[in-house]
Formats: sequence, C-alpha cells, structure tokens
Amino acid sequence: MTLYDKQSIKRARDAELAWEHDELRRTLERAPESQERFLTVSGREIDRIYTPADAPDLDYATDLGLPGAYPFTRGVYPTMYRARQWTRRQIAGFGTAKSTNERYKYLLAHGQTGLSTDFDHPTLTGYDSLHPLSEGEVGRLGVAIDTARDMSDLFDGIPIDRVSISLTINHPAIVLLSFLLAHAEKVGVPWETLRGTVQNDSLKEFHGQKTFALPPRGAYRMTMDVVEFCTRNVPNWNTISISGYHTREAGSTAGQEVGFTLAQGMAYVEGGLQRGLTPDEFGPRLSYFFGVHMDFFEEVAKLRAGRRLWARIMKERYGATDPRAMLCRFHSQTLGSTLIREGALNNLIRGTTQAMAAVLGGTQSLHVSGYDEAHDIPSEDAMRMSLNTQRIIGNETGVANTIDPLGGSFFIEKLTNEIEEEALAYIRTIEDMGGGEGVLSGMFAAIENGYIEREISEAAFDYQERIEEHAYKVLGLNEHEEDSVPPPELYEHDDDEEERQIARLEAVIHERDAARTEAALEALRQAARGSDNTMPFILDASRADATEGEIMGALRDVFGDHEDPGIF
Amino acid sequence: MTTSKPTKVILAKLGLDGHDRGIKVIAKALEKAGMDVVYMGMRVTPEQVVDRAQQEDADVIGISLLSGAHKPLMTRLMKVVDEREMRGETLILLGGTVPDGDREALEEIGIDGVFPVGSSLRDIEAFIKERLPDGA
Repeated sequence: MTLYDKQSIKRARDAELAWEHDELRRTLERAPESQERFLTVSGREIDRIYTPADAPDLDYATDLGLPGAYPFTRGVYPTMYRARQWTRRQIAGFGTAKSTNERYKYLLAHGQTGLSTDFDHPTLTGYDSLHPLSEGEVGRLGVAIDTARDMSDLFDGIPIDRVSISLTINHPAIVLLSFLLAHAEKVGVPWETLRGTVQNDSLKEFHGQKTFALPPRGAYRMTMDVVEFCTRNVPNWNTISISGYHTREAGSTAGQEVGFTLAQGMAYVEGGLQRGLTPDEFGPRLSYFFGVHMDFFEEVAKLRAGRRLWARIMKERYGATDPRAMLCRFHSQTLGSTLIREGALNNLIRGTTQAMAAVLGGTQSLHVSGYDEAHDIPSEDAMRMSLNTQRIIGNETGVANTIDPLGGSFFIEKLTNEIEEEALAYIRTIEDMGGGEGVLSGMFAAIENGYIEREISEAAFDYQERIEEHAYKVLGLNEHEEDSVPPPELYEHDDDEEERQIARLEAVIHERDAARTEAALEALRQAARGSDNTMPFILDASRADATEGEIMGALRDVFGDHEDPGIF
Repeated sequence: MTTSKPTKVILAKLGLDGHDRGIKVIAKALEKAGMDVVYMGMRVTPEQVVDRAQQEDADVIGISLLSGAHKPLMTRLMKVVDEREMRGETLILLGGTVPDGDREALEEIGIDGVFPVGSSLRDIEAFIKERLPDGA
C-alpha cells in the first residue's frame, strides 16, 4: 500500500502549482534566491521543497517497514540504540606494537568500547620493515607489524575475548588475521569466542585506498579463503568489511560510494556461492564500512539507501532466507578529507555534524576523525575529543531515543530513492562489463579497464572545481578568517620507532627455527599454486614466525605483482 | 626550446603511499590548462621519476606524498637530480601532507614549490607558469 492515495498526491501537486504561481512567484519577484541551483556535496540538485508528490509510489510496508524487519530501511535491529548505543571505535595505530598498545589502553580508559587497528604502509602493502621500499614509512601512519610476535605485543594485557577488534587491512588480511589467531592460541582464547572484523576488501584496493599487494584475482582468492576458513572455524568473526569509505575519500559521490561498494559485496557473495557456501551461512558475517561527508541529509539518505538495497539484493537476487544474511550492518567514519588545516578546531564542528548524520543513518559503530588530522596523525587530545563527540551525541541530544527519526521526511525518502536508483545503475553498468556472467566477472573487468577509477576521478575533479570556483564554500579552504588558531598540540612522531622495529624484526629472524619457517613458506607456495584454502598454511607460517613480507612474498611468487596503471 | 611546445609535467607518487586523489585532480587540471602531463602512478622510485623526466625532457617534476615520508624520499630524489645535473633545469614541486615546520628544510634541499593539502589548483598552475616564464 502506498503511503498516500492518488487523490492526496494530486491535491499536494495542485497546491504546489498554485503556490508556485502565487506566493512563490511574488516572493521571487521581490527577492530572488541566492543561487540559481542548490547542489549537494555530491553535485545532486536539490529542490526548494519536497512534498508527498516527490515519492508518490513509496509503499510503507515494502519500502520502509519497521526496524529489524525487511527491507531494514529504518534500521537493522528492532530496538537499535535503545538497547545499546553504537560502538565507539576510534582507530589507532602508530610506531611499534608496544606504543600502540599504550594508546589502546588509554582509549579503553576513556570510554572506547571496541578496538581498531591502523597499520603502517609497509604492513598494508605486504612488505617487512626491513624492505628498502619501507624506508621512512615504518610505524609512520599506523603500527608496524612484521610477525605474530608483534601481534602479541599489540594486544598484550587486553582481553581479546571481551573487547571486539577490528583489523583494518586488505590484501594481507589473511596474514594479519592469522597472526591474531596465533596470538589467541598462545593466550588460550578459543577462536570461537573472538569477536571482530577484518577489512579484507581486496577489490576496493584498486580504486580506493590503493594499498594493494597482489593483482586482482590473487587478492580476491585470499579474501575468499578468509571467508571460507572463518565461516567454518571462527564463527563470530566478521570476514569482510566491505568498504566505501576509501572510495569516498578518493573523491566519489555518495551514489558511487553505495553503487561500487555494494558491487564489491555482490562479487564476494558470488565467490562464496562458487565455493559451495550458502548466503545464509556466510552472509551474516559480511559487514560494511561507509564514509560520512558534510552534506547531512544526503549522507543520512545514503546510509538508508545502502541498507535497503543490500537487503533486497541478498534476498531477491541471491536467495538469502535468514534475515541476518540480509543486514547491511556498518561502521562509519567521518571523512578525513573533509578536515581542514586552517582553523583546525573548526573540524570539531565538522566531526560532530558528520557523526550526527552517521547516527541518524543508523550506524553500528563509529570513528570520528581527529580535528588535527590535516596536520598529522591524531594527537591523544584529538582522539579524546572524538570520543567526547560520540558521548555527547549519544547521551545529551536525545537523537538515540527513537529509531530512524528522519524516516518519513518527504526530502529524506526522495533522496533515499534517488541514491538507491543511482547505485543500482552503477551495479548494472559493472555487471554488463562481465558479459552476463554476474557481478564478479564484471568487477574484474571494471577494475582492469579502469572504469571505476576514472568515474571516481571525474567526481573528485568536479568537486575540486566547485571549491576553486567558490560554488561550494569551505571555511579555511576557500574562505578565510583573520585569526584562525592552530591545533593546541600535535602528535609527536618518534623517529627512533623505525629503528626499534627493525631491531625487533632482526631479533625474531635470528631466534626462529629457520628450517621450520622455510618449510612452512614452501608448503604455502604449493597450496597457492593449487586450489586448497591457503589459510591453514599461513597459520602454520605464522606459528613458525615467518614475517608478513615473507608470507606475502610467497604469494607474490605465485600470483605476481600489481602495478598502478596511473589512471586519472 | 620553442615557445609552441607545451609544458611537460611528470607526476608521480614515491614510496608506498596510496593517497592519490590529489595528484590525479592536479593531473587533470594541468592537462586542461594545456600542459602535457605524464602521471607515472604510485610506488615509483626517485630513479624512475628522474629517468622519465630526462627521457621526456620534462619542465616540471611533481611529487605527491601524504605518507609523512617526504623528508627521506625527497632527499633521495634530489640526490638523483643532482647526480644528473638537473638542478635548476627542472622545476621540482611537492604536494601533500607537509607540516609547516618542514617547509624550510624542503626548500633548502632544492624543492622549488611546496603545496600542502588544501592548495588551490589555480595557484599551482600560476606558480608553474610564473616559474617557466618563456612558456617552456
């Protein structure tokens, strides 16, 4: 049943037309509007007013429904934040595992409710701290992890059976997760009790984040090896955090973010089906990760659209029957690229606005980017303020009292419909590139022919042009104040951390049983050449103190390297 | 060099850094401004950049770094530039997350222009045109 009957819609339309000819016309004659067109951050044109006539076919039961019920537009759980607020999960990682471990303990003492690990570039791209390419980047933008022993240092004294952990890593995800599982064995925590997420979204690395370590097909196989292994052995672990955040950071629009990201998700679902898993078996452990930009309503609508579209895809296309397999549960992060250097404290206001949109969009967990991140990785003070932003929104504003409070807004429902349609159009375009063999082969084609990268880079350029032309005003960027204040303190980078990490790695290499390590690596190469799941072999190599770079090197021996095509 | 030849720009990212949004936007903008742009992509070594600049007889080398590794990597690049005696011949620009405090040190090693995150495309275009006055 549609929300409004045909007569009500006709009355609304007639009234609007009459108003346009009368009140509106007279007002515009006296004083025109300040701009000819009003655009969202993504460049979407926004109307003056929205009425029931803007979404005339909206059906309450099939398009909106109730929270915790298909199609989950209004929320993934029946009680949402009334049961438990979103998880406050500030990502952290820098220097050696020991330094990051101290930051974790600080965050947990200041109201953080889950941990998230940021790795340095060498770790993200599968190189050891000793590798020549790693120079200057060891422990710089994240924590350096070379072996399972570093992972034990990272979580030293942290009850990993009670605090959920997120590992933000992609192509080497299978290695870092194996390090964590090896650490769990060491401290006697059964794998079944572990809760957390590994990002493991190999496909997005070719258009967002760009910290690839393997070519598309090899990387994809590793992603699916994790999904398959964990579905059977680590049942409470979220096996992929299908990520739009980095796509958005790369400059995509909101619609592209949903479209490309859900296409990635579909490619993983098709891979699971190929391995004989059912959507009900592995679907419930797939989760999402979105960025949140400044355009408040567009972001809320985007999150609602993503949730509804994923439910529809899982149920209607892939035949999921367990509602948990249809849920687009997601983590959100306020976008680092919206942070401005000049007047750094203004970023607190940006973070608050974006965080509010994430909450009204129904996020499951949240990271608010630090106000000083246009200068360096966040200081302790910036992370404390990010947590405080979340505490204040959660406890003082009342926005968490009721579920989906913006649902039913003519504007929000229209935007939600538009973004869903736009995302679906991108998915169809990608699927068509696969020659009718599904989204998975379409994704490989769209990566290899550069389609996704080019689309994002067009959008990034369009946004930048609006900044240059002052069509979109950003304080501290294209508008300035006389007396802007620098951030009170910045993170102090310790240049000796690189040396410390290299010394630590050399010590492990010296102490370990070299023959055992080499045998484990050779067994892994054999497995990678065949079709066995590689994860048990990577676990063995981890237990034998093989380094991340050695394990990824063994995989590169088999799958080859990937070179950035330099598309713009 | 005749005035009719468009300005040749080599752009690249050094090290393992994956943040390539800015450099791609700049590549497009400089191309639209009539320059001849080669974007070499990511994970390029200083040697590869300088080789390419020599092969293409480039007027400008533009490096993007948001990894914080700008000091060691730009020092290595300038070492190669000096070995090939290209200092002063080719304009060397750096963009990315460069703290204000590092600017002077970078200029001292011979970087001609530093453009931190948030710089305007028009300013970068204008800087190149001003520093290559004969239209290179």
